[in-house]
Amino acid sequence: MMLELLGHLIKIAAVIGVMLGFVAYTVMLERWACAWMQDRIGPNRVGPFGVLQPLADGLKFIFKEDVLPHHVNKVYFCIAPVVTMIPGLIAMAVIPWGSNLPIAGHVIKGVIADLNVGILFIFAISSLGVYGIVLAGWASNSKYPFLGGIRSSAQMISYEVCLGLSVVPVFMQAGSLNLMKVVEYQAAHTWLVLCQPLSFFIFLVSAFAETNRTPFDLPEAEQELVGGYHTEYSSMKFAMFFLGEYAAMFVQSALMVTLFFGGWSLPFAPFNAPATELWVGAVQIGVFLAKVVCFLFLFIWVRWTIPRFRYDQLMALGWKIFIPLTIVNILLVAVVLALVAK
Amino acid sequence: MQVQRPKLTFWERTYIPQILKGMWITIRHLPMKKFTRMYPEEKPKLLGDYRGAPTLVKDPEGRVKCVSCQLCEFVCPPKAIRITPGFRADQAFDSNVEKEPKEFEIDMLRCIYCGYCEEVCPEEAIFLKNDFAITGYKREELRFNKQKLLELGGVQPDSIWKWKYKGAPPPGTPIGPVRDGKPVEKKAAGH
Amino acid sequence: MAETVKLTIDGKEVVAPKGMNLIEAAKLVGIEVPHYCYHPKLTIAGNCRMCLVDTGMPKLDKDKKPELGPDGKPVIMFAPKLAIGCNTTVAEGMVVHTRTPKVQKAREGVMEFLLINHPLDCPICDQAGECRLQEFSVDYGKGESRFVEEKVHKPKQTKLNAKITLDDERCILCSRCIRFMKEVAGQDCLGFVNRGSYSTLTCYPGQEPKTNYDLNIVDICPVGALTQTDFRFEQRVWFLKETKSVCPNCSTGCNTVLWSREGVVYRQTPRDNDAVNQCWMCDYGRLNFKFINDPTRLTSPSVKSAVYGERVNLTWLEATRQITGKLKAAGTIAGIASGRATTEELFLFKKLVGDLVDIVPHTGEADGKLLQADRNPNTAGAKLTGCATGKLPEILEGIKAGKVKTLIVLGEDLDEELAKKLELLVVIDTLPTKATEHANYVLPGTTFAEKRGTFINGKNRLQRFNAAIPPVGIARPEWQTLTALLGASYAAIEDVFADMARTLPALAGLNLSKIGDLGVELKIEQPAVQPVSQAAEAVAK
Ligand code: SF4
Ligand code: SF4
Ligand code: SF4
Ligand code: SF4
Ligand code: FES
Repeated sequence: MMLELLGHLIKIAAVIGVMLGFVAYTVMLERWACAWMQDRIGPNRVGPFGVLQPLADGLKFIFKEDVLPHHVNKVYFCIAPVVTMIPGLIAMAVIPWGSNLPIAGHVIKGVIADLNVGILFIFAISSLGVYGIVLAGWASNSKYPFLGGIRSSAQMISYEVCLGLSVVPVFMQAGSLNLMKVVEYQAAHTWLVLCQPLSFFIFLVSAFAETNRTPFDLPEAEQELVGGYHTEYSSMKFAMFFLGEYAAMFVQSALMVTLFFGGWSLPFAPFNAPATELWVGAVQIGVFLAKVVCFLFLFIWVRWTIPRFRYDQLMALGWKIFIPLTIVNILLVAVVLALVAK
Repeated sequence: MQVQRPKLTFWERTYIPQILKGMWITIRHLPMKKFTRMYPEEKPKLLGDYRGAPTLVKDPEGRVKCVSCQLCEFVCPPKAIRITPGFRADQAFDSNVEKEPKEFEIDMLRCIYCGYCEEVCPEEAIFLKNDFAITGYKREELRFNKQKLLELGGVQPDSIWKWKYKGAPPPGTPIGPVRDGKPVEKKAAGH
Repeated sequence: MAETVKLTIDGKEVVAPKGMNLIEAAKLVGIEVPHYCYHPKLTIAGNCRMCLVDTGMPKLDKDKKPELGPDGKPVIMFAPKLAIGCNTTVAEGMVVHTRTPKVQKAREGVMEFLLINHPLDCPICDQAGECRLQEFSVDYGKGESRFVEEKVHKPKQTKLNAKITLDDERCILCSRCIRFMKEVAGQDCLGFVNRGSYSTLTCYPGQEPKTNYDLNIVDICPVGALTQTDFRFEQRVWFLKETKSVCPNCSTGCNTVLWSREGVVYRQTPRDNDAVNQCWMCDYGRLNFKFINDPTRLTSPSVKSAVYGERVNLTWLEATRQITGKLKAAGTIAGIASGRATTEELFLFKKLVGDLVDIVPHTGEADGKLLQADRNPNTAGAKLTGCATGKLPEILEGIKAGKVKTLIVLGEDLDEELAKKLELLVVIDTLPTKATEHANYVLPGTTFAEKRGTFINGKNRLQRFNAAIPPVGIARPEWQTLTALLGASYAAIEDVFADMARTLPALAGLNLSKIGDLGVELKIEQPAVQPVSQAAEAVAK
C-alpha cells in the first residue's frame, strides 16, 4: 500500500517535472524556430547555443517587479494566473505516457490515473482554463483585458463544443472512454488518424483555438488588444499565463497523440502491445514524447506562418462549419460501424 | 472606384492550400543563411554622414565654439536641449565672443537624432557624431552636460574661425565642412 | 475732425489728416513702410533712408487744375528721386508707391550699406529675434556680402551707465536714442562723434544718462546696440511668452508686457497706451519685478503651532477651516489691506472684514512725468471698494490699547510690538515680513504676475492685467483665499468682478472683457485720493 502510494507520488513528480521542462523548452524551441524561419539566429547567448535561455528567462521573471495596478480587483487578479496554469497540469493525470514499466517484479502503469472516463475528465478540467482568462480580463478592470476576456470566453466555449463532438467517433470506434484502452486499441489495430481523418482535422483546428494560438489568438492579439487579458500582468503572474498557454499546448498535443496517433505505440512488435520488459516500456515513453514534440513543433510552425483570423471568421468556422461537420461525421461513423458489425 | 472582388474557388475558400503553401515557405527557411549581425562583437560600419549623438566641438585652439545662441534649443523638435547662457569666462583681448553656455544639457533620452541642431547652428559648434550606443542606469546619466558633450565632440579642425580671424582661416586649414579630420562634400540643401 | 486729404498709396485710397507723414498714412491701410530712425513719439531726423518711397503729384494745367490724361484720370508727375516717407507729409491727390522695383532696389541699397560695417553678432546679440535690422535683412538683404575690406571696429561691450550696455559696432546711427534723451527724458547727453563709417555713438564727456527713463532707449533702439545690462544673455526673446500686464509700482499704472519663460519673469517692457504712458515707462517700475522670483517666497499656508513652537504647513482646506472657525468666534475684526491689491481682492476683503479697515499709504517723490508720488497702484480702487477709510491710526491705536484683538492683513507689514499684542493675526502675503513671522496664520498670496485682476489708477482708469506665470508652491491668488474665508462661491475672477459691478455703481455694466487691454475711464464722483496721513504711515512702517 505504502509502496503503491510512493510509486504514485514519484510518477506525479516525474510527469510534472518532465512536463514543465518540456514547457520551458517549447518556449525555447519556439524562439529558435521563429528566428530560423525569419533567417535570424535566435537566442544564443546563455550557455552553449543559448540552451540555458529558459533558466535565464525564469530567473528574470522571478526577479521582475510584480506590479499590481491599483485599479484591479486584487483577489481575482491574483487567482487568475493560477487558475489558468493548474488545469493543464491536472489534465495530464489521465493521459497514458507509456504502457507499463515492469521494475523488479512490480508493474508500474504508464498513466497516473487510469480513469474509465478519461476523456471526459480532460474536457472537464481543461475547460476550467477559460475561467482563468475570463477572470484575468474582468479583474484587470481595464478595457483591453476586458475585450480579451470576452473574446476568449466566446471562443473557448464555442470550440469546446467542436472539440467534444469531434472525438466522439474515436470512442465509438475504440469502444471505450478510457484513454489507455484507446491507445491499446490503436496498438492492436491501426492509428485512428487513418480511420477518422475528418475527426482529426477538426480536433486539430479546435485545439489551436482552445489554446489561443495563432491563427486563433484573438484573446491576446497584441496588435489589437495590446496583449488582451494579460495586458496588466507582469513578473511571475505573467509567466504563469505564459506557462499555462504552453502547458495547454502540451496537453492538446498529448491528447492528439493519444487519440489519433497511437499514443505510446509503434506499429510493429514489440512496441505494438503493452510492455512486459523495462526497456520496451521506457522506449514507449520516449515514443510518446517524440510524437508530442512533433505536434508542439506543428503548433509553432503554424504560428509563424499564418496570420490571425478575423473574429467573425473564427466564429463562423466554429459554429457554421465544424459543428455541422462533426455531427454529420458522427452519423456516418455510426452507420459504417453498424454495417461493419453486421 | 469599384473593385471587383476576385472569385474564389472552393479550395481557395477553405484556405487550406494557401496555408500549406505558407508552411512550405516557412519550413524552407529553417536551414537558410542567417543575416544576424553579432553586435556588440561585430560593430556596424558607419557611413560618413552618420548621425549619432549630438556633441559639442571645440575649435583647433581648444576653445568652445558654442556661443549659447540657443537656436538649437529653439529648433530641437523634442526639446531635448537645455542651455543656460552666460558670459564667456576667458575673454581674450582679441576675442569678440562675449557669450558661452554656462551649462549645456542634451537629454539623450529625448533626442531623436534629427540633426536639426547641427543644421541650425550658426557657429558650427554642434555635430552629430558617431556615438549611437547611449546607455545608462539612470535617467540623469543620460542627460549629458556641457563637459560630457565637449568630451564626446573633441576638436573640429574646420575653417569656421569667425571670432578669431574675422575672415580668412589660418593657412593650411581645409576649406569647407570637415568630418573626422577630412573634408566632406556637402550636398546642396534639398529645398 | 481735422482737415483731411485724399491720396492713393499702392493703389489704395487713403483719407488722412493733414500734416500726417507717409509712414503713418500707409499704416492706416495696413501697408508697412520699413524704417529705422522714425519714431512716432520723437522728432523726425530722416537719416536712415530706409523709408524711401516713390511719390507723385497730379500734373496741373494753367488754371491749377489737374490735367486729365486720355483715360480720364489725372496725369501723375512722379518726383525724379525717391522721398523719405517719414518726412513727407500727405497732400491732396498724391500717389505713393511703396513696393515698386525702384523702391525695392533703393531699400536693398540702404540695407547693404547698413550691413557693411555691421558685425553680424546675431548669435550673441540680445536683440536677435526682435531686431529690425534682422527683419529687414530678410526682406531686403542680399544674403551675402560684396564687401571684402576689413570692417571698421568700434568699442564693444561698453557701459553707457549701470543699467545699459552699448555696443557701438551694432549701432546703425539712427539717433533715436539721442533724440529720446533730449526730448523725452530731458537730459541731452548722447551724440555722435567722428565722421563717415567711423561715426560712433557716445556720451558727452564726463556724463552718463542718469534719468529715470534711460532704459526706454533700449526699447527704441532698432538694433542690439543698446541692451539692458541685467537682461544681457539671460534668455533669447523668442523663448519668452508675452503677457499684457500693468505696472504695480505707482498710481500711473503704465501698461506693460511681462516676458516670461517657464515660470520665471525675465523682463518688463512698456506697452503702447496713449491714454496712460504712451510707449514709455520709468526705470524704477521696469526694474522692480525681481521679487516675483524671489527664492524666499511663501509657498504654503502655515500656522504658528503652540505645540511645536514653530511654523507648521497646512493644507488650504485645513487652514481655511481653522481660520473661519476662529474668525467666527472673534469679536471685532480689523483689517489692513494694501493699495497694491487688486480691486477684486479689496472688494472681497471689505466684505470679509467689515468697517474697521484701511490701506497703508506708500509714497515717494513724483518726477513730473510718469512716476507719481502715490506708489500704490490701486489707491483709487481701495477708495471705490471702501477699503481706504483713513481709519488706520484708529486701528493701530486699538491694537495698542488691546481693544482690537483680531487682525487680518492683506499684503502689508506690521510692527513686531503690535503683532505680539494680537490674539489672532492672519497675514496674506507673498514674501516673509515681520508680520508673517508673528502671524498665527500665514496664507501665501501671489504677485501681480501670477494672477488676474484690475487696478484703478490715479486718474480713475480701470485697467486689467493677466497672469504670466503659475503661482509658486501651492500659493494661490488672494481672491480665491478670500472667497474661501468668506465661504462664498465665486468660481472665477469674472464672478467676483460681476458681483462687484452689481454692487458698485461706478462699475455698472462692465466686465473683464469689456475693459480691454487699454482700460476704461471710470466716472467716480469722489474727491481725488485723499492726502496721505504722515502719522499713519509712520506707525505702519
Ligand atoms: S539631433 Fe534633433 S532631437 Fe537631437 S538634440 Fe539635435 S535637434 Fe534635438
Ligand atoms: S550649439 Fe550652436 S546653435 Fe546651439 S547654442 Fe551653441 S552656437 Fe547656438
Ligand atoms: S543688431 Fe540685429 S543684426 Fe546686428 S547683430 Fe544684433 S541681432 Fe544681429
Ligand atoms: S544706439 Fe541704437 S538708437 Fe542709438 S543711434 Fe544707434 S541704433 Fe540708433
Ligand atoms: S525712417 Fe525715414 S529716414 Fe529713417
